[in-house]
Amino acid sequence: MSDQGPVGLNPKRRDFLVKLAQGAALAGTGGLLWDYILHNEARAAPYALRPPGALDENDFNAACIKCGQCVVDCPPLILKLQPAGGNLPIGMPYFEPRTGPCIMCPDIPCMKACPTGALSPSLKKIEDARMGLAVIDIENCLSWKGLRCEICHRECPIKGKAITLETHPRQISKHAMFVPLVHSDACTGCGICEKACPTTVAAIRILPHKLVQGKIGEHYRLGWTFDTEVTQDFKAPEGQSAAPDAAVPKTAPGVDYLNQGGL
Amino acid sequence: MGISRRDFLKTSVAGATAATVGMPLSEQAEAAVKQSEKGWQWDKGVCRFCGTGCGIMVATQGGRIVATKGDPDAPVNRGLNCVKGYFNGKILYGADRLTQPLLRMTDGKFDKKGKFTPISWEKAIDIMEEKIRWALKEKGPTGIGVFASGQYTIHEGYAAVKLWKGGFRSNHIDPNARHCMASAVVAFMQTFGIDEPQGNYDDIEHTDTAILWGANMAEMHPILWSRITDRRLTHKPMKVVNLSVYGNMSSDIADLEIIFSPSGDLAIQNYIAREIVKRDVIDWDFVKKHTQFATGPYDIGYGFRPANAEKFHSAAEMEIVKNEKVRVLDKWEAIAQRRKEGEAVEQKNTAGLLPMRDWAISFEDFKTALEPYTLDFVAEVSKGDPDESIDAYKAKLKQLADMYCDRNRKIVSYWTMGFNQHQRGTWVNEQCYMNHLLTGRQSKPGDGAFSLTGQPSACGTAREVGTFAHRLPADMVVMNPKHRALTEKIWKLPTKTLNPAIGSHFVKQMRDLEDGQMLFSWTHVNNPWQNTANVNHWIKGAREMNNFIVVSEAYPGVSAKVADLILPAAMINEKWGAYGNAERRTQVWRQQVMPPGQARPDIWMMMELSKRFKLKEVWGEQKIPGLKADGFEDGKLPSVLDEAVKMGYNPEQTLYEVLYATPDNKKVAWPDPIAKGHPNITADLLKDGWFPEKALFEEYRQFGTGKAHDLAPFDVYHDDKLRGLKWPVHFKDGKWVETQWRNNEKYDPYCKKGSGFDFYGNDGVKMVMGDLDKPGDPKNTVDISGKAKIYFRPYASPVEKPDANYDLWLCTGRVLEHWHSGTMTRRVPELHRAVPNAVCWIHPKDAEAKGLKRNDLVWVESRRGKVKVRLETGGRNKMPRGMIYVPWFDEGVLINKVTLDATCPQSKETDYKKCSVKIYKA
Repeated sequence: MSDQGPVGLNPKRRDFLVKLAQGAALAGTGGLLWDYILHNEARAAPYALRPPGALDENDFNAACIKCGQCVVDCPPLILKLQPAGGNLPIGMPYFEPRTGPCIMCPDIPCMKACPTGALSPSLKKIEDARMGLAVIDIENCLSWKGLRCEICHRECPIKGKAITLETHPRQISKHAMFVPLVHSDACTGCGICEKACPTTVAAIRILPHKLVQGKIGEHYRLGWTFDTEVTQDFKAPEGQSAAPDAAVPKTAPGVDYLNQGGL
Repeated sequence: MGISRRDFLKTSVAGATAATVGMPLSEQAEAAVKQSEKGWQWDKGVCRFCGTGCGIMVATQGGRIVATKGDPDAPVNRGLNCVKGYFNGKILYGADRLTQPLLRMTDGKFDKKGKFTPISWEKAIDIMEEKIRWALKEKGPTGIGVFASGQYTIHEGYAAVKLWKGGFRSNHIDPNARHCMASAVVAFMQTFGIDEPQGNYDDIEHTDTAILWGANMAEMHPILWSRITDRRLTHKPMKVVNLSVYGNMSSDIADLEIIFSPSGDLAIQNYIAREIVKRDVIDWDFVKKHTQFATGPYDIGYGFRPANAEKFHSAAEMEIVKNEKVRVLDKWEAIAQRRKEGEAVEQKNTAGLLPMRDWAISFEDFKTALEPYTLDFVAEVSKGDPDESIDAYKAKLKQLADMYCDRNRKIVSYWTMGFNQHQRGTWVNEQCYMNHLLTGRQSKPGDGAFSLTGQPSACGTAREVGTFAHRLPADMVVMNPKHRALTEKIWKLPTKTLNPAIGSHFVKQMRDLEDGQMLFSWTHVNNPWQNTANVNHWIKGAREMNNFIVVSEAYPGVSAKVADLILPAAMINEKWGAYGNAERRTQVWRQQVMPPGQARPDIWMMMELSKRFKLKEVWGEQKIPGLKADGFEDGKLPSVLDEAVKMGYNPEQTLYEVLYATPDNKKVAWPDPIAKGHPNITADLLKDGWFPEKALFEEYRQFGTGKAHDLAPFDVYHDDKLRGLKWPVHFKDGKWVETQWRNNEKYDPYCKKGSGFDFYGNDGVKMVMGDLDKPGDPKNTVDISGKAKIYFRPYASPVEKPDANYDLWLCTGRVLEHWHSGTMTRRVPELHRAVPNAVCWIHPKDAEAKGLKRNDLVWVESRRGKVKVRLETGGRNKMPRGMIYVPWFDEGVLINKVTLDATCPQSKETDYKKCSVKIYKA
């Protein structure tokens, strides 16, 4: 397969490809096969990377009518509609960064082509797109080994924000390491880094945020991120004071466990 | 600092995570957070868990704690927390939080065999009153005891010690810190004459070497460990040495890992000393000016029951316990103690304070005593990993000695339970000082032996307030008439109110319950029936003897289960409090929220109980079996009622009026502007207009002021900008100033002018000169004012060693994720999910040899008991062949059924680190 992708195909050829995918979708509307596909769809859905502006997966699935307009209007033709039998829900647009990353067209033609808002028109700037998030396999990243690669950093359309370099002493020689780090507040998930990554299998990849990002508990704040002043006029909630001797309940927390005995 | 917090946020992300996503907050995200935080009220506080003493900020909303964060202004942690600290805000909200007093009852009446039934506070205090009266009538003050805590707030500890010692005249109050810090304390007192470390955490940023002696700081002091690691990464000469009986996570950053055999540390320390002497690198200027060589008896036993042991121990147990009377020396001990192998040595110095005896010796004697500790001998005695070659091990010991002998290298030694929970815990602590003092490495920035603490206020409360059976505040002791007199003066007690006989230490209180000497026991802020070794005995003692066990608790744990009465206790942010951490830093917090249901502060419980007892009931003549002291009739405390009347007291007054709500204390009014609107449940419940925590703190402060334990006033610690102060605190140029390094003239105003270094704790102390075996003529003394002692202490073998039947060593301890007995951290779902149960770490070859594999359920059995646990051959701990490790946080794996209750005979601290067991498939 050509690395270039099908840029330069004439529009008729594009239509044909779209219809082919839609046909495949229709052909799958029967019996066991459909069950199988749905099953796979449910399991595989989180792995699909959607075009810029795509709604959250469930809303997107509901809103996308599988018309293929975004695929038709994608200038580099990296968007595809999923055929039957694959790992992804059929008929829906997706892209594979290693072979065809999003080139981040400033006018976002795929979104503009979408008739239903599944690719949301509220996306005004392509830099605000969040198609996925780049994740580095530091065990196989050349830069994390100390080699002077850093291709991802240099190729990144938002270099210096989405991917930065941090320098560390290498310990085992007199050289410094230049290690790339990804920042979720800037990474669009375009996948240019994944395509550019020179290792045999890419050591930086785009994954849906859900598969990657954790979340710190609501009960905790990172101490150094912003200042907190001691409250000068503390207000206890209304009516809250030391509980007076209340009527004694029949039972109380812990009693069942304590009365089980056994030590 | 060249980089601001904001810059750090923008430019730098630690490069250790695989995904490296989502670290900084964008401005939008920050705005969103600010929005969601509207209405949150922030205040400063302290972490509930270990002795590191990290600062945290606490946010409340609607009467609940909604968030915490590491306090960026706290010098200890600079905004960081470990993963336990991360969950401070959640420990209050476990589903089974105790909210009502519970009494064992049948048909509406107390019944020791009855079921726990909710009762009112009124009724709870009624039955306590009744049972204390009964115990006092039957046994006198020695019939009642308190299991106290290193997790008490300073105010609580002070209130407890005052009620028990000043009110009930009972010295039977002893903290769980006995299990934790007692060996460190005795070594401090013997060596320096004053408790707690000379140095502080800033030593880390000044030193070239961190040597861990039985301290797995990577897990047990995680935030200090990140400071040590940072020093290791940023200061080229910095070396980290990890000495341990098994490979743990502290080895990951260590330059040198030395796996030694249980008690092998005693030999290693003497090897280092021998090298220092032999290579002539003693800092003679320091040693001559500031130290005195000393030693003490070796035949001090193992801290077992001194009398009638056969009555309480099984025949199997007696195989070990009999060593308390006579010890047959093994080959190593014989060499190390200059005697013959197989010699039966009667243990003559076991009773009372005999194990503490010491006398001065000459340097020549000291040198002679070290002579047997050659590299060959020490390597053979102490090599812990059977799979390591003796030559490789010797090379490591030599490398260690080289570090000590390099006078240009700064060294800090750290230890916790590996040293303290040791049958010769005091000795090994003192040996550590020996090597630091010999090379002049103490009380200097980056140079010192630094005892880490386990509990949040082991220092601040258990030690400084003195909730031990022998202690009074500010390092004073009940045996010393001057100390009693000063305490009686500050407490406004009649002369001879205080009991001069040392009370029962923690393990002894358990034994007292087992043999019926103690009839009433009250547990505060700890879990004695999970934390005490050989616990099958103590469970029986609590459940089958005719006694009354009260346990104040927040959650239903093992001790609650064995109790007769459970009192629901308020937790950290539900009351006012103060803790003192391992570097002498006193830190405070305000009450943030109300406790749930009927849960109430421990201090209120003590005060409410004190209202039930009148002076005439407790200050009359009392019998104290075994009491012998100058000025006292044998076995008796005199009535002090007449004297009390002369002082203006009325015998009808209650202990509440005399000890707590005194005329002076009632002048400290509640409400107080220092509260800034925060509630005080204790003051609310007492309803008599005073501020108990502040009044007691100010009263307590009198003890240390001018005695090298000075604290600042209560309000100073509550300043918004202050993050604690390291005592002694001095008022200088209009400011309260802390002391960085004690005993060093440059930093410590208590040092005499021109002294350079001044170990003033020993001022006025005279030691009898003697030789290695015994003290000499009592008239031949040396004055050791201003000097620290350099002790010679010999190697002694563990009292129970693996044999054909019980073929493995058992070591116990903690894991990072859980705090102590798990009552709090196991209520945090996330921590419970991370480490739900204790496992038994074992070397894979040991497992294989026994036909066992990872995840097998096995019995771990000793002469004392057995527990079921799953095997782990991988993970965080790397056991040498011949040793297993089981943590004690899990009440479902009650490992203290298996452990041995041998203690250091000096400190009475239990050795949880070595006993012998067998394992087999369950």
